[in-house]
Amino acid sequence: MNYDPVVLSRMLTSLTLGFHIIFATIGVGVPLFIGLAEWIGIRKNDFEYILMARRWARGYVITVAVGVVTGTAIGLQLSLLWPSFMQVAGQSIALPLFMETFAFFFEAIFLGIYLYTWDRFKKKTTHLWLLIPVVLGSSASALFITIVNSFMNYPVGFTYLDGQIVGINPYKAMLSPAMPSKVAHVLSSAYLTSALILAAIAALAYLKGQKHRYHRKALKLTMICSFVFMLSTALIGDLSGKYLAIYQPEKLAATEWHFETTTQAPYVFGGTLDENYNIKNAITIPYGLSILAFNNPNAEVIGLDQFPEEDWAPLWIHYLFDMKMSYVAILTAITTLFVVQLVRKKGNIYGKWLLWCVVISAPIAILTIEHGWIFSEVGRQPWILRGIMRTATGATKSDHVDLMLLLFFLLYLVLGIASTRVLVKMFRNNKAEDELALYEN
Amino acid sequence: MSYEVLGITVLWTFLFGYLIIASIDFGAGFFIYYSTISGTRHLIHNIIDRYLSPVWEITNVFFVFFFVGIVGFFPDTAFYLGTALLIPGSIGIVLLAIRGAYYAFNHYGTTTKSWYTLLYGASGLLIPAALSTVLTISEGGYIEVNANGQVILLTKKLFTSSYSWSVVILALVSVLYISAMFLTYYADKAKDVAAYRVVRNYGLVWSLPTILSSLFVFFAIYNHNREHFDKMLDIAWVFVLSLICFIVAVTLVWRNKHLGWSFIFVMLQYGFAFYGYGAAHLPYVLYPYVSIYENFTNENMAMALVGVFILGLILLIPSLYLVMRLFLFNTSYVKGE
Repeated sequence: MNYDPVVLSRMLTSLTLGFHIIFATIGVGVPLFIGLAEWIGIRKNDFEYILMARRWARGYVITVAVGVVTGTAIGLQLSLLWPSFMQVAGQSIALPLFMETFAFFFEAIFLGIYLYTWDRFKKKTTHLWLLIPVVLGSSASALFITIVNSFMNYPVGFTYLDGQIVGINPYKAMLSPAMPSKVAHVLSSAYLTSALILAAIAALAYLKGQKHRYHRKALKLTMICSFVFMLSTALIGDLSGKYLAIYQPEKLAATEWHFETTTQAPYVFGGTLDENYNIKNAITIPYGLSILAFNNPNAEVIGLDQFPEEDWAPLWIHYLFDMKMSYVAILTAITTLFVVQLVRKKGNIYGKWLLWCVVISAPIAILTIEHGWIFSEVGRQPWILRGIMRTATGATKSDHVDLMLLLFFLLYLVLGIASTRVLVKMFRNNKAEDELALYEN
Repeated sequence: MSYEVLGITVLWTFLFGYLIIASIDFGAGFFIYYSTISGTRHLIHNIIDRYLSPVWEITNVFFVFFFVGIVGFFPDTAFYLGTALLIPGSIGIVLLAIRGAYYAFNHYGTTTKSWYTLLYGASGLLIPAALSTVLTISEGGYIEVNANGQVILLTKKLFTSSYSWSVVILALVSVLYISAMFLTYYADKAKDVAAYRVVRNYGLVWSLPTILSSLFVFFAIYNHNREHFDKMLDIAWVFVLSLICFIVAVTLVWRNKHLGWSFIFVMLQYGFAFYGYGAAHLPYVLYPYVSIYENFTNENMAMALVGVFILGLILLIPSLYLVMRLFLFNTSYVKGE
């Protein structure tokens, strides 16, 4: 392969982000559940829930550490790998980037306090209050950074004149039409994924014979939350599709291999394309796309014919989207099934196969997030700033990006292995039952 | 004060904040390593651990704040420094990442391994050395822009220049000095006599190289960037004040008195020198490519950033105060009760 800084910069950025979002998602979602468990524990005066919050918090710190360092990496890499883009972004979108740092600051301060003050206050609720800024800070981080990404998908708040960006309005730039659905989708799916991860841990412990009340409580709490966030995530996901139909029709058209603008557009699942863009072997649902896009089977959906071919996103994003939707279907089935078993009189939520379903739902949720982000990012290619700046223009011209790609690959490999080992060790040698017994004495 | 000066002052202040708290962190890492080989680890390990645990993440944010802020206020720095610093920047990130992650793993996770202590200790010196090269490069003369508009870092020139080495040495000894002076104060507060003896020695040992290397950098600038040197001479009184603060700080530690004040004088010593250096460097951020007037962001963005900054401070200052009251200035916490 010839040395091409653009391709290599894209590879390195996706490597960093792909690794970072696993920890970032946990970072955004888990504090909510730590807070919930502690709150229930205080309200019911039930130490098992308090211990749950403690144990989750202990594991959370490890993921936060990796999230912080990879977040710092991507923050600097933006300037190192995309200097020309950051020059423009600095003019137009520095505000939410700056606000993100504040949110991060806020979170960092209170997380430090929270972790070291479990037994320092007379009133138990004082300690719980400390978690509010952590939850707010981590969610606000996600909000602001997603605002930056929304701007890249649909830049607003400036005038584009002869290749120059003028008349910048920083507040308007934050309110891109892409923003509401994107932010809501990111937050809701982070809560969902985190709930499923915590549920999977409880289910796994139960499957391995730790049939303690503690794990039953943890499983119920997290799975009920999962169900709620599954509903909200699916609902918001539908809104995202409707956003695309109006504001980024070329992305939707590439996703659905919708080549000609038509009414009553079908939804295409799977299949292959020949060189003349004929779809073969696909499952098509008549009217599906029109309904997805406008809630109306007769609505007209803009096709790729309206755009020059050099502006098309790679057509393989169709498969990414299909895979993502398949994962979503599996997750919906598992969470719904669990809740049905929970409310049914004869239901058994501790059946082996159902618990295994819960266990596999966590990696599937992470895969969904990965596929969703890759779909979203590749779907706006060839633009780094849609309609303004091509990705190739934004990339560095520097030498040795290939070497840096290798360096960071090794870094993430080490961090991934080390954090997994630390987490497993932390809980394997210190079971919840033992810890509870310790406190009861 | 114009927006430009305000912007750079804000950023400089955050860099100064990072310089102080990161030095404590980096130096502590090195001392832990050194005390492991010299057999005094059991004496100082506890006080270092108790201080660093709740604040390591905050330390990192100061740094993030600086580099996000500088791109916001002076977007052209992203272009010049971003392109030129790909390799040193990436190495810096990797070192910071290893250090940050392993700090947390080690503290909350499992037992310490000796190779890791070595890595942790070494990174305490390598990171400041790597970061200080950014300051060196900002003096100008180490990057050039070729005909294709490609920005190139003149690595060979950087590695063979006496100025860049003098900055690296200053960074290294400062890290050890600041850290030891802080730990001296902290050990005294914890009434940990054994630790106090060890870190007080570190502080005194590193004080002389600190001041010598500061003087050396001062004169190295004379050869490297005459314009900057002349401007520094114009405000020579600032550097004299810095020297006086140094003498006061070391004397207090020498006489085992008022150690809190001693550390405040250490901060003043670096404060005067750092702001004096920065003020004389103006109007350039990156000499001679980026100046605060010509390469400032548009007015709307500047106003928005300053506005958000003030709102952010309203949140941050009370929060930082809370951290200090709960950990740093809470006697029972410091003593480990």
